[in-house]
Amino acid sequence: MNAFHTLLILLAAFFAVFLQAATTALPRLLGAQVDLLPALMVYAALTAGPGTLALVALCGGLWFDSLSANPLGLSVLPLALIGWLVARRRELLLRQQWFAQLVLGLAASAGAPLLGVLLLLSAGREPLLGWGSLWQWTVMTLLGGVATPLLFQWFGWLTRTFGYAEVARPGFRPDREIRRGRT
Amino acid sequence: MLKKTRYLALAVVALAALVLLNLPAGTAARLRLAVSSQFLPLFGLARVTQDAAGAGADQLVLSKRELIRQNEQLRRENAELRLLAVQATNLFTENARLTQLTGWQRQQPWRLKLGRVVLRDPANWWRTVQIDLGSQHGVRADMPVLTNDGLVGRVAAVGQFRSQVVLIGDPACRVAARVRNEAGDTGVVGAGSPLDRELVTLGYLAKNAAVKPGQVVVTSGQGGVFPGGIPVGTVVDTQPVEHGLHLEARVQLAARLGALDEVWVLMEWTR
Repeated sequence: MNAFHTLLILLAAFFAVFLQAATTALPRLLGAQVDLLPALMVYAALTAGPGTLALVALCGGLWFDSLSANPLGLSVLPLALIGWLVARRRELLLRQQWFAQLVLGLAASAGAPLLGVLLLLSAGREPLLGWGSLWQWTVMTLLGGVATPLLFQWFGWLTRTFGYAEVARPGFRPDREIRRGRT
Repeated sequence: MLKKTRYLALAVVALAALVLLNLPAGTAARLRLAVSSQFLPLFGLARVTQDAAGAGADQLVLSKRELIRQNEQLRRENAELRLLAVQATNLFTENARLTQLTGWQRQQPWRLKLGRVVLRDPANWWRTVQIDLGSQHGVRADMPVLTNDGLVGRVAAVGQFRSQVVLIGDPACRVAARVRNEAGDTGVVGAGSPLDRELVTLGYLAKNAAVKPGQVVVTSGQGGVFPGGIPVGTVVDTQPVEHGLHLEARVQLAARLGALDEVWVLMEWTR
């Protein structure tokens, strides 16, 4: 993976936050905002290094909180924790399988709002909660889960189209060439 | 090695988050504005997208006949409103003359500024929006925000070109309100429902309050943030709370908070 990949994930996080704040049709239809950052963290955790992961959690969380009434920095912690938990076991995960991506996306999208609300409550804030919040949590979990394999597909296409592959080093070295015949 | 780097990255992010969460309020507000200003170039895009979506939906839904009917209706309403405006001007002049004669404090007419909603809170547990008016346009914190239908909320934070408005129904926006009935019962409009943006609770009503479904709720003017008489909504139902110590009413808001597009910021009014 290269800097282009990191930039791509950061750009996706930026536009995901903007779209969440700008779209009105889906929240009006479903009664809930959809959060794509946890799904993006799953993708980053499975495909990028710890530096990228930290950057996405920090920038994504800050962008989200800057447009929200959340205390600044609150969303960073749940995102970082999700990313770290997935990255810890990434060698054992079948990351190319859409089912594994879906399950991880579901878990991440369910965990992030819960952790966020817990942090808010422990900070003494009064978020707007009620029985309707259960519906919102279910919508966020399901749509976040479904979005995760789609994100993998989309990033795969983007990387193939705009990214560059590292040049594979051939085994041939001119200084080790065995020259035969007369010189 | 990679494991160590992962732990290190998590520790750095956690430390950064803790520092951010413990910043002084002023510094945090300035940093929030600085971070959110990165979205400024996209604010116009959001407006264009919303306009396009709105125009597309209208074209899909409305027929030509319906448009002609609506146009005719608007013409009629416009004519009626012009007549009312003439009457209002006469009444205003008469009121001003009588106020001067009796020595009452003269009421300043409201000075309003039209703003456009550009972004909504991305979190499900807050009710805030961003509007395209900021300190450059004279907006200050705690200014009331309304639509033609009724109260919307108040300005919570102000940037140079945009402001954050906390909507009625958010736990951070409490409004002193009065029910338009014979007793003039007063209460406080508090948090709403997470799903229904247009339903809020009117709490702290006296246990013997004569509040009934269908009665209109307006701002009481107490507290100094909102002027009195702005429509808030209509009472849906009432129920006793806290073992019958108080009465609580559910109020259907007059302003359609789920479909906010343009809002008025009340810049000046007589307190």
